[in-house]
Amino acid sequence: MSRPSTGAVALAIAAKDLRIEWRSRVVVNQVLPFSGLVMVMFALALDDDAMLQRTAGGLVWLATLFSLFLVVQRAYAVDTQDGALDAMRVAGVDMQAMFLGKSLALAGQLLVLEVLLFAVAMVLYRVSPPTEGVVLLVTAVLTATAGLGFVGTLYGGLIAGAKGRDSLLPLLLLPVVAPVLLGATRATESALRSGGAVVSEGWPWVAVLVVFAGVFGVGGLLSFGALIEE
Amino acid sequence: MSGATTHGGVGTPATRTFGIIAALALGWVVIGGIFVTPPDVVQGESVRIMYVHVPTAWVAYLAFVVTAVASAGYLFGRRHSLGFDRVAGASAQVGVSFMALTLISGSLWGRLTWGTFWEWDPRLTTTAFLFVTYLGYLAVRGLDGTPEQRAKRSAIVAMLAVFEIPLVHFSVVLWRSLHQEASVLSPDGDIKMDDLMLFTLLVGVVGFTALFMWLVSHRQRVMALRDIVESRRIDVALRERVAEGGAA
Repeated sequence: MSRPSTGAVALAIAAKDLRIEWRSRVVVNQVLPFSGLVMVMFALALDDDAMLQRTAGGLVWLATLFSLFLVVQRAYAVDTQDGALDAMRVAGVDMQAMFLGKSLALAGQLLVLEVLLFAVAMVLYRVSPPTEGVVLLVTAVLTATAGLGFVGTLYGGLIAGAKGRDSLLPLLLLPVVAPVLLGATRATESALRSGGAVVSEGWPWVAVLVVFAGVFGVGGLLSFGALIEE
Repeated sequence: MSGATTHGGVGTPATRTFGIIAALALGWVVIGGIFVTPPDVVQGESVRIMYVHVPTAWVAYLAFVVTAVASAGYLFGRRHSLGFDRVAGASAQVGVSFMALTLISGSLWGRLTWGTFWEWDPRLTTTAFLFVTYLGYLAVRGLDGTPEQRAKRSAIVAMLAVFEIPLVHFSVVLWRSLHQEASVLSPDGDIKMDDLMLFTLLVGVVGFTALFMWLVSHRQRVMALRDIVESRRIDVALRERVAEGGAA
């Protein structure tokens, strides 16, 4: 019997993770409402329409990061609870495919979350992306999400199965994702033209996001196997 | 590991040398830095903070380079020696303490010179991120597991930090350059130093570096001993269970 290709295994893993999520609805029922609530709380704390409009990009990405921890924890809680991670390892699942698959599933869930958050920002913070900013906005969202998917999967795998991990994940991840917060926020602000920003100013930030995704994509492919095989 | 550690402390000729150099040099920094050197023309007395701030910053960065190199030594070395791991961990612990000193002394100096404790300058911001990154690194070291698990996990975190920190720095520089003119005067670029001040600063760098090496060499020995105690405890527990099984 020939071994399935890395891509096929990665897709199977991603499909498995998304199917579990679809059936359990934890992200839909808990994380999405939480992130929407965070957006409302930001509005209560800032209490200024003009300020909200100007900072909408940053607030959307902060809410995304807060939710990232929950989604990552959830993704690994499912796998470690029943020893599924060990089972897949024993079954000879290619760890690089596993990394890609889990990253893909995580990025997919984050993408849904971000679309929702932007919709909330349009309604509650009254932002409306100008047509010339749409390409920049979509590119920034996709590259930032890819980076977050890789880095979340990598650091989630790092502490999967260790005690006391729930409170450790934010401490580890927040400094690491600082470039994503900066890059995605500035690119989004440029795309939304908030505070008089120009659309063309956003593209250098997309380059930062691409480099980030590249570094942690390669870093994850190289080290994920060693982290899981403990 | 025979009786050598049961009497006379854990010093070795190397640690004693580092310790003596550190004590002498830091003694001069205290005396020279506070009493002998003149106040700065521009900054006045607050320049004395520099004799601590600059050397601790240097040592903190040195410590993280040592951690990264030792982590690479563990990961890519053929024997996966735990000695590398302990040096990496000890160096990070000392580095985090020195970085805390750097941030505290720097913000005190900033309050006196700029009028604010903190400026969102790229160098300061990157340093703050480096600080929390290595706090995370130390937290990963504290996770439960065997010494080998700890070594592998933390070495990978350290190697990722090597790529992450330049990325953080670059994005912070880009952030500042696009959104704010540099409002901060260069922290040490325009200080006119007389010879005695420069000498004291250099002695400070030597002294704090020796202190770092003294702390790390002791610290990694303590970690080695702790690992031995841990594994002995498991051996003892195993023997007790075997004995119980035999008695039943």
